[in-house]
Amino acid sequence: MSASQVPLAPPPRARRMPYTVSLERRLEAPRRSWLITLVAVLVALVISGLMIALVGGDPIRSYVHIVGAAFGSPGVISDTLVKATPLILAGLACALAFRMRLWNIGVEGQYLMGAWGATAVVMVPLVPADAPAPVVLAAMAVAGFLSGAIWGSIPGLLKAYLKVNEIIVTLMLNYIALLFIQYWVFGPWSEGGFQMTRQFPRTAWLPRLSDFADSVPAFGGLTVHAGFLVALLAATIVWLVVRRSRWGFVIQLVGDSPNAARYAGVNIKRDIVLVFMASGGLAGLAGMSEVAGAVHRLQDTSPGYGFTAIIVAYLARFNPLGVVVAAILFAALILAGREIQPSGIPAMVQGIVLFCVIASDVLRRYSVRVQRAA
Amino acid sequence: MDPIIILAAGVTTGTVLLFAALGEVFAERSGVINLGVEGMMLMGAVAGFSTVVATGNPWLGVLVAMLAGVALSLLHAIVTITFQADQIVSGLSLTLLGTGIARVLGEGLSKAGSTSLLPRPTIPVLSEIPVIGPIFFTEQSVLVYVGYLAVPIAWYWINRTRPGLHLRAVGENPTAADSLGVNVYRVRYMYVMLGGLLAGLAGATITLAIQPGWFGDLTVGGRGWIAIGLVIFAQWSPLRVAIGAYLFGAIGRLIYDIQGPAELFGFSNPFKDVHALTFFLGMTPFILVILILVFGSREAVRKRLGSPAALGMPYVRGERGH
Repeated sequence: MSASQVPLAPPPRARRMPYTVSLERRLEAPRRSWLITLVAVLVALVISGLMIALVGGDPIRSYVHIVGAAFGSPGVISDTLVKATPLILAGLACALAFRMRLWNIGVEGQYLMGAWGATAVVMVPLVPADAPAPVVLAAMAVAGFLSGAIWGSIPGLLKAYLKVNEIIVTLMLNYIALLFIQYWVFGPWSEGGFQMTRQFPRTAWLPRLSDFADSVPAFGGLTVHAGFLVALLAATIVWLVVRRSRWGFVIQLVGDSPNAARYAGVNIKRDIVLVFMASGGLAGLAGMSEVAGAVHRLQDTSPGYGFTAIIVAYLARFNPLGVVVAAILFAALILAGREIQPSGIPAMVQGIVLFCVIASDVLRRYSVRVQRAA
Repeated sequence: MDPIIILAAGVTTGTVLLFAALGEVFAERSGVINLGVEGMMLMGAVAGFSTVVATGNPWLGVLVAMLAGVALSLLHAIVTITFQADQIVSGLSLTLLGTGIARVLGEGLSKAGSTSLLPRPTIPVLSEIPVIGPIFFTEQSVLVYVGYLAVPIAWYWINRTRPGLHLRAVGENPTAADSLGVNVYRVRYMYVMLGGLLAGLAGATITLAIQPGWFGDLTVGGRGWIAIGLVIFAQWSPLRVAIGAYLFGAIGRLIYDIQGPAELFGFSNPFKDVHALTFFLGMTPFILVILILVFGSREAVRKRLGSPAALGMPYVRGERGH
């Protein structure tokens, strides 16, 4: 691509202005591209602040409140990490698929199916009721991963072999998964008519820091659970796969240039299905970690992690380690946002952040050039 | 379980999908995918309803709803057309943003109760026709009749007028259209905003013509996404959009009515006996969209039909195509 000058659309009225602004295509990516993202997020927070003020809130106090409520003490930091755990895993699921330009918008549904699979281990039960905790938890993790992977394989197979648009299919599967969960928690697994299962036995709980309060008193009341370590481990593994393995290179190639990949002999169809299954499996693991680590039962509500995960992945530019940072920031926003009224503000802020970040993309591809008009 | 009632209700609720999908057809024909339909519909629904709660005037509600849809779609237009950002991600964030703003605006509205709806006239003469009359022309909302007019107008506009030719050219080959003097950016802005206007109208159809009230995200409840699926099913043709929209509306009513009778085809009705089974009924429209896409994609391959050639690609003046 040559360094051609491209006018902003619609073309600026050069005659009236002493200066013209034009965009010049960059030959290579800017070195500090994360700075652009950071500035975009800051701009988004300013715009969000104006919106909050517009509906009668106090933006400064809201933001101070968010920081305090999310990072103010070891207790709330622990709560933030609990919220971040499913977001990291679901964000990795999105990042992996988006890298290959597979728009898996179905992470929400795969997350729900993973939670269902893990719950089935306890409720059916798939392992003996008196099995030791490590066996139960391992079975739940496998069931959660597999349920998510199988749910994810549906759009993968349809996309690979029938060229069916994966965005619509994954979205439809989200609604189907939610109705499926509702059937189980209203029907066969209902606890006394309430739309939730009974609480899991302690052997199906992921260990929490507070479980070790006897030996380390400082851990008392800290709810962060082993799922967080699983999420960090998953981020490292995904990073190794996409950055260091041959397969990671191949899926990047398929995403950037499918034709080149085809000429190079890549089995694109198989890779589409595999990436979808890995993505669904990670989302399923997120669901498992949430029911086994934080909620300890299956409920009919969808917390929307699957949608927030899309933003998390995008903010992190699909970098698995960046996903961890972005997920913790968004967990803070969700956690603190629960107490902010009106209740739609966190979703609104998320939308504005995403908008500003994608709009800032133009600065990664073009440099702005201001010239004196001739 | 009266088929006439099911079909008439299908036409009423199908009008929601009709407006939303028609709007998306216009946007996609110009080469811009807008996945923010769900968000724009929620904005339209909340803006229309709150206007009626405040003023009592449903017509003003329709107008405000359409403006709200346009305002949101303008964001998508700026980000994807001027800044050439990814249309998929921009559309998704539009849905997120629309949902958030709608929740903020809808705070407290759920207690507002029901309000006056738009009038539901019966058309003289036409309503006398057997079968057709009771389904299409008896006590339908004005917006339903607007829907009947919108379909042929949209078809004629796209296929038989000069601006429609420009629209198709921009969606198929923007570089060629530009070289013939069509302002690609302006055309895309116009039709993305028209899509927003119709999505806002679709939202208003829910709260001002069918179900007065605000139920949070459930007010729209995924119908924006079904509308996007319908556009693919309809192969970007307004006439097929209409068929699909009314059909989906009727199915929505059927799965509701099927829970009523004690017996179905001589057997005890399982959906009445075990309430939880109705969740499987609720899956029907979503499963149907997937099936339609599966069979639609095969038909498209066979007939060599396809999406607009430049769909999803930003146009950069003076650069060679991607």
